[in-house]
Amino acid sequence: MIRYLVRRVLYAFPILIGVNLITFFLFFVVNTPDNMARIHLGVKHVTPEAIRQWKAEHGYDKPLFLNSDGQGVNKLTDTLFVERSLKLFALDFGKADDGRDIARDIKNRMWPSLAIALPVFIFGLMANITIALLMIFYRATRLEYLGVIGLIALMSISGLFYIIAGQYFIAKLWQWLPISGYGDGIDAFKFILLPVLVSVAAGIGSGARWYRTIFLEEIGKDYVRTARAKGLSEMRVLFRHVLKNGMIPILTGAVVVLPLLFTGSLVTESFFGIPGLGSYTIDAIRAQDFAIVQTMVFLGSALYILGLLLTDISYTLVDPRVKLS
Amino acid sequence: MTLPLMNSQLVVLWTDALVWLLVLVCAIFSMHVVRSPTLRMAWHSVLVRPMGMASLTVLMAFVLIGLADSIHLRERLDNGQYDVEVHSLLDRALGDLNAHPERTYSAPLAAYALAKETVQQPDGIQTREYPRLRFGGAHLVDPTADWANDVTTRAAKGVALGAIASVLLMAFCTLLLSIFRQQSPIRVLLGIVRPKPDTIAWRSFMLTLLVLCILAGAGMTLAQGYHVMGTDKVGQDVLYQSLKSVRTGLVIGTLTTLVTLPLAIGLGLLAGYFRGWVDDVIQYIYTTLNSIPWVLLVAAAVLVVQVFIEQHESSFSSAAERADVRLLALCMIIGLTGWTGLARLLRAEVLKLREQDYVTAARAFGVSNLQILLRHILPNVQHLILISVVMDFSGLVLAEAILSYVGVGVDPVMNSWGNMINAARLELAREPVVWWPLATAFSFMFALVLAANLFADVVRDAFDPRAGNQHSGKDGEA
Repeated sequence: MIRYLVRRVLYAFPILIGVNLITFFLFFVVNTPDNMARIHLGVKHVTPEAIRQWKAEHGYDKPLFLNSDGQGVNKLTDTLFVERSLKLFALDFGKADDGRDIARDIKNRMWPSLAIALPVFIFGLMANITIALLMIFYRATRLEYLGVIGLIALMSISGLFYIIAGQYFIAKLWQWLPISGYGDGIDAFKFILLPVLVSVAAGIGSGARWYRTIFLEEIGKDYVRTARAKGLSEMRVLFRHVLKNGMIPILTGAVVVLPLLFTGSLVTESFFGIPGLGSYTIDAIRAQDFAIVQTMVFLGSALYILGLLLTDISYTLVDPRVKLS
Repeated sequence: MTLPLMNSQLVVLWTDALVWLLVLVCAIFSMHVVRSPTLRMAWHSVLVRPMGMASLTVLMAFVLIGLADSIHLRERLDNGQYDVEVHSLLDRALGDLNAHPERTYSAPLAAYALAKETVQQPDGIQTREYPRLRFGGAHLVDPTADWANDVTTRAAKGVALGAIASVLLMAFCTLLLSIFRQQSPIRVLLGIVRPKPDTIAWRSFMLTLLVLCILAGAGMTLAQGYHVMGTDKVGQDVLYQSLKSVRTGLVIGTLTTLVTLPLAIGLGLLAGYFRGWVDDVIQYIYTTLNSIPWVLLVAAAVLVVQVFIEQHESSFSSAAERADVRLLALCMIIGLTGWTGLARLLRAEVLKLREQDYVTAARAFGVSNLQILLRHILPNVQHLILISVVMDFSGLVLAEAILSYVGVGVDPVMNSWGNMINAARLELAREPVVWWPLATAFSFMFALVLAANLFADVVRDAFDPRAGNQHSGKDGEA
C-alpha cells in the first residue's frame, strides 16, 4: 500500500510538468510577453521602450527557455520557464501583474471559497441521495416516471438561471437574504445561505439522476433478493442494504472533488461577490493576468491529482475486497 | 469564400461549410442505419416512444432554424455592387422582425415606452408621460382602449393560422405514409390516432407539430404589430435575437464533436487495443488534460486566440467573419479539451472486447490490426459513441452561456443566449424590472436543452444494453 502510494505521488510529477508545459506554451510561447505588455499598456502607450520597461517591472524580461547571456547552469535556470513554471512546484507563486503576492492572496481567499463549497458538497450529497432513494422507493410507478422527467427538466435549466432567479426572488423581491457580499464570523452565515441554497438546487437534477441509476443497479443484485426472501420490509431493505452498498460508488465518486472544494466555483462566487478563489480567477481572466491564471491552473491540477489519490485510498477503506498494488 | 447565385452572392462562412459537412455526414450515417437491420431496430425503438418522437420533432425544428441561418447571402444592389451586409435565409424569412428598432427597452407586446419622458403637447404645454413606441402598437389609435382587443384578435388569428397550417402538414404526412405503406389514407389515419403497440409514434409527432405551428403562427401575427418579446437596451427585437442565437447554440453543440470524435475514437481504440507503451502515453495525455480545470483550460486557449484575432484584425473582411472565426476556434478548443471522457470510456470497453473470441479468431486468421479495429471493434463500440455525442450536446449548449459570462465565449457581437443573458443580467435590478431578455433567452435555451436531454435519455435506453437490462429487471420485480 505504502509503495503504491509513493509510486502514485511520483507519477503525479510528470503530469504536473505536462500541465505546466501546456499552460506555459499557451501563455508565453504563443502569446509572447511583448503581446502581454501591449495589452496592458493600451494602444496609445506602445513604444519599444515602454514595452521593455513593463517587462522588466513584471519579471518578463528573460528568454523563454535558453538564456544565451548566462553563465554555466544559469543558461538554463535564468529563464522564464524556470521562473514562471518550475518555481510553482516549490509553491513560489510570484507576483501578480498589479504587484500583489499571489501566495498571500490565495491563503486569504481560500476560506470564503471553502465556506461556500463545503456546505454545498454536504447538503448537495444529502439532498441528492434522499431524492434518489425516494424515487427508488416508488420505482416502476407513474410517480417515478414523472420524477425522472422532473429531474431531466431540472438539469436542463442553465446554472445561470438558478443564480439569477434565486437572487431576484429570494433576495430582491422577498428580501429574505442579502443579494450578495460577504462578512466575517457569524455575519458570514446570512451571506453564505443563498449561494449554498442556489448551488444545491442547481445540482439536484444531474446528481439525483445519477445516484438513482446507482441505486437501481444495486437493487437488482442477488443480496437484495435474499434480504427480501428473508421477509425484510421494503424500508429495511432500502436503508440497511441498498443505501449502504450504494454509498460505496457514491462516496468514492465524491472524494475526487474534495480537494477541489478549496478552489471554489467561478460563476457562483462572482455572482454573489464572495471574495474567494473562484472570483479571484475570473477577475484574473478578465484582466488577462496570466501569472494568476497559471497559478490557479497549477493549483487545480495538483488538487485534482490529490483527489484521484484519495479516491484510490477510499476504495480500500470502504471496500475490503479492493487491494492496491 | 463567395459564389454568385441568381441576383445575390452566396457567402460561405467557415462554420457554414462545416455545418453542411455535418449534415452530409448525418445523411450518410442515416443511409447506413437504414441498411443495417440492428441499427434500424434500435432507432425504431427510439421513434416508438412518444417522448423520443416529440423531443426529436422539437430538435428538428431548432435544426431547421439553424440551417436556414447557415446559408448567407449578399444582395446585389441597384448599382450592381453587392451589399456589404451579409444576410442569412433566416434573416430574409424573419424580414420585418429586425427592421423596426425602438429607442431602448420596451416590454413584450407594449405600445408605450417603459419610462416616462417629457413630451411637448401641440398646445405648447410640457407633460411627463409614457411616449408611444415607434413600431410596437403604432397602428392603434388609442392603445389604452384598443390594445387588449387587438392583441387577442391577432393572437387568435395566429393560433387559427398555425392550426390550419399544421393540419395541412399532417394531411400531407398522412398522404405520404399511405403511399409509402400502400394503405388507404383512412387506415393510416386510424393507425395514427389509435396506434398499435410497437409502431412509430406518429401521434406524438403530429401533436408536437401542432403546438409548434400554433406558437409560430401566434408569434408571426403578433410580430406584425408588436415586439412580441419586447426590445433590449438598444431597441433590438429580443425574439429576433433569440432566434438568431439558435444557430450559435447548435454550432457549439455539434461542430465540437467534429473535433472530439476523431481524437476520442482514435486514441481510445489505440490505447485499449495495443496496450503497453501506447496505452501509457495516451493515458498520460488524457490524465494531464483532465487534471486542468476545464473552464480555465478553455479560458487560456480562448485568450490566446483572442490575442491572435486582434493582431490579424485586418485580414477579416467583416465583423461577421471575425465572429465566425472566433466561434470556430471556440468549437475547436472545446473539442480539443473535451475528448478525454469518451476516450477513457472507449479504452475500457476495447480492453474487454479485445479478449473476446471473435477478435482472437480474426487474429488467428491473420487479419491486420487495422482491419480488426475497423471491422470488429469499432462497430461494437458505436453505441457508446452515439450515446456520448447525444448526451454531450446539451452540456455544450449550457456551457456556452457560462463561457460567455466568464468572458471567453463567442464574440460579443455574435447573437448567442450567453451574450443575451450576460448583457441583461444586471437589468433585473432596474425599476421597472426588465425581465424579458433573460426570460426569452433562458426559455429558448431550456426548450433546446430539455428536448436534447429527453432525446438522449430515450436514445440511451434504446442503445445501451445495460440500460435495457435494468428496465427488464425493474419490470420483472414490479
